[in-house]
Amino acid sequence: MSTDVLIDLLQIIMLTLTSVVVMLVAGFKREHGLVNVLTTSGLAASLLIFVFVDPVLPLQATELLYFDEYSLFFSALIILGALTVSILAYPYFESHNSHNEEFYILLMTATLGAVVLACSTHFVSFFIGMEMLGVSLYAMIAYPVHADKSAKFPLEAALKYLIMSGLTSGLILFGVALIYALTGTMFFNDLAPAIEAQDVASSPIIIAAWLMIISGVAFKLSLVPFHIWTPDVYEGAPVPVTAYLATVSKAAMLAVTLRLLLISDAFQYDALMLVLTVMAAASMLLGNLLALLQANVKRLLAYSSIAHLGYLMIVIIAAASVPGMLSVESMGFYITAYFIMSLAGFAVISSLSNSGKELDMISDYQGLFWRNPWLAAVMITVLFSLAGIPLTAGFIGKFYIFTSGVEGSLWFLLTMLIIGSTIGLYYYLRIIYAILQQPGKTSKQDPATHAIPFGTHAVLASMTAIIIYLGVYPMPMINILQSLAAAF
Amino acid sequence: MILIWLMLILFAGGIGAWLSESRGIGVPRVIALVAILLDLALVIFMLLAPESIGLTPVTSEQDEWLVLFQADWIPRFGISFIFGADGFSLLLIALTVFLGLISLGSAWHEIKERSGFFYFNLLWTLAGVIGVFTALDLFLFFFFWEVMLIPMYFIIAIWGHENKEYAAMKFFIFTQVSGLLMLLSILVLVFLNYQATEVLSFSYFDLLGNGLTGEVGMLVMLGFFIAFATKLPAVPIHNWLPDAHSQAPTAGSVILAGILLKTGAYGLIRFTVPLFPDASMAFAPIAMTLGVVSILYAAKVAFAQSDLKRLIAYTSVSHMGFVLLGVYAWNAQALQGAVMTMLAHGFSAAALFMLAGGLQHRIHTRDMDKMGGFWGVAPKMSFMALFFTVAAVGMPGLGNFVGEFLVLLGSFQVSITTTAFAALGLVVAAVYSLIVIQKVFHGENKNNYEFDDLTFIEMACFALMMIGLLWMGLYPQSMLDMAEPTLRSLGVAFP
Repeated sequence: MSTDVLIDLLQIIMLTLTSVVVMLVAGFKREHGLVNVLTTSGLAASLLIFVFVDPVLPLQATELLYFDEYSLFFSALIILGALTVSILAYPYFESHNSHNEEFYILLMTATLGAVVLACSTHFVSFFIGMEMLGVSLYAMIAYPVHADKSAKFPLEAALKYLIMSGLTSGLILFGVALIYALTGTMFFNDLAPAIEAQDVASSPIIIAAWLMIISGVAFKLSLVPFHIWTPDVYEGAPVPVTAYLATVSKAAMLAVTLRLLLISDAFQYDALMLVLTVMAAASMLLGNLLALLQANVKRLLAYSSIAHLGYLMIVIIAAASVPGMLSVESMGFYITAYFIMSLAGFAVISSLSNSGKELDMISDYQGLFWRNPWLAAVMITVLFSLAGIPLTAGFIGKFYIFTSGVEGSLWFLLTMLIIGSTIGLYYYLRIIYAILQQPGKTSKQDPATHAIPFGTHAVLASMTAIIIYLGVYPMPMINILQSLAAAF
Repeated sequence: MILIWLMLILFAGGIGAWLSESRGIGVPRVIALVAILLDLALVIFMLLAPESIGLTPVTSEQDEWLVLFQADWIPRFGISFIFGADGFSLLLIALTVFLGLISLGSAWHEIKERSGFFYFNLLWTLAGVIGVFTALDLFLFFFFWEVMLIPMYFIIAIWGHENKEYAAMKFFIFTQVSGLLMLLSILVLVFLNYQATEVLSFSYFDLLGNGLTGEVGMLVMLGFFIAFATKLPAVPIHNWLPDAHSQAPTAGSVILAGILLKTGAYGLIRFTVPLFPDASMAFAPIAMTLGVVSILYAAKVAFAQSDLKRLIAYTSVSHMGFVLLGVYAWNAQALQGAVMTMLAHGFSAAALFMLAGGLQHRIHTRDMDKMGGFWGVAPKMSFMALFFTVAAVGMPGLGNFVGEFLVLLGSFQVSITTTAFAALGLVVAAVYSLIVIQKVFHGENKNNYEFDDLTFIEMACFALMMIGLLWMGLYPQSMLDMAEPTLRSLGVAFP
């Protein structure tokens, strides 16, 4: 193993080290604050490590991991998400009369899994990363279960996620096995040549294998019809975990999926494209329609995430006919925008909640603008961004999706996108309207009474700033994305 | 650069007003007033003494841009900041800033809650509208097109009347959806142009003469048309307007009727027809028919309203029908008429909404069946109502007459039948207007309402608008001269 490999692995080593340190410290001294600071600084260190050390790019580090700008970008995004969640988790769990320290170990291992996913070009690391992320998440979702009182039904959520995830892993594993049986390789890069060499491109087995893998991925990304777990899990999980689930786990999965599809040339299978198209259209439509019926903000955001993933599928489907560069760029932008706005949204919910009581009904937000203009302004920015209104990152993201769709001539999906966005506007505006209303006389509890710690304020302020900055002056971000997309 | 300043002053003024909210309701409105007056001063310089700030004056021969500002924004997609103003935009900018001042006057005593945030939204709407009137990059245009919506949404949703949630939502969704169609059209246009010329650009100048024809050209044109016709609004996509107008606070209605509707007409003249001349030519008969239907149908519906603001809202739809008719007749007289109607309607509709809003503020109802005999209670207000109603009907000597007359004159050369039906609109207008005067100001004061007459600020606003309408009616040539070079450069033949 050369030093180059070690340098590139520094980020992962840092993450591993942090989780070991956190585990040891928690074993000797149970102190929530200390563990939180250790985790946060460990994550910050691994996020910033490549600012100080130049990584060697691109590099195949061991059989399993591949480092290039693409993987580093997504790793950075993932670690940023984990960092935010760690900051939000402290005030949330502080009121929780139980042992909170293990939560951070789980957070670290989940993040490690997600980073492995982002760096993976091999089915084995794909699977390892996915399982590390998944297994940690089961426990994270159920974490408050033995507290005196917990806000929601974490056990139900965790069980649902466990069962669905187990099924998913089985499906993906079966698909991978079939591909391996036909081609004898698990390297993404070798798939296309091997399939051609063996002349199995039209074999029903290979198509079945792809469909299994895609269904598994669709489970993780909660695309219709594999979305059923999403609202329950979003609602039942503690808010910081919901934030993690909505951002980190999806971004990691998308990163590896796009890479897999692009370099293994999977777009040649018409059946696969048809399935993807149907899933995208159904997600946009159903996600938005079902969101209309929700009175709970977490469930509403769950359905809206289904719709947003549907929008993103347009980029992936368009990748079949537009240059890979544009697809990577579009997806990179949209996922970054979605990542930031979701984090900011959940940060608002989290700062109004604690593990004993979550304020997540739309009616709880009535009059927020008059009670706490700052939180209200952040939430309104987030909702406008989710709706894709200019001045926000969400708008440029939507512009990218439109661009990909127009270049790929996906008129049907673009129509669905317009219909979906329209419905989406309606429910986002409903929350905005509630926020702007005069506070109701009946609301007994003022959610803004408990002090919001500095860390949460910093998260809210920086996320809002990023949303506006990306919406008004996206060029620096586009330059970064173009340089990493150049490899495709 | 001066155009940027126009917007920056408003943006900064808005932020200042918001930040000063805690210092009482007096400070934000003074900040807003200062910002608008600064803008007004700049606009007056641009109109009357362009040389003094280093601009070349508009003359009827040249087809140059009066001001043009260019800078990169997102070079990845060929998107840049291109702001330009010619005579036509300048007229509309002047209208915007002037009505901004009027709406500030109408909000002066009416808005008591969160006044800082209110003036923030007011100024940002104005800035967004100026952006729309000057942006010459299609992406930038779309950007401002959407940006002006958000503050308007807040104005309706926070300070609106009893049914504001429904109205604000409807307003936002209608405009947003039609906007998405336009975005799709813009992208298709840009990428087809890219395929044909290898230049990826959203610039208006690069896209003019794109040569899109046939079915594609028609579909892309329709995307633009629907967005602008929704904003205009034209029947059958007009029905967000009565709700939005009647629920908005007075200042909101003034801006909506006076300025926001004009962005639709501006879009048609500046973008839809010049970008797609062939498709527009083919579509003109349908658009003109829609214009006539708007004129007559909205007039009929207006007559049936008992809610004063809804009535005025429908008359707006009717008057904007003339603009649609004039634009698609696409000859010198008709277009000049459309421009005049835009300006004159901006004044008369703003004044009428201000009156209706003032009445509602005083007696807390908009129901005309409860009103009556107000001439005795508030003679100044009644006189103003009579003046602006008569103006809206199209009394010679006032601006609206010039506009509608020119539209009819121009469209007569294109289609006699259409014009004949459109002219009927003038008759119906008299009917629905006089009913307002009769029901509200004459007759018996059944509920014995007593209220104060117009305040000094209101009188000043109305007086300014009166002068404006008289100017337009008596010396329209000054404005026609401003608009002529623009229309000439868009390929309209002048005699």
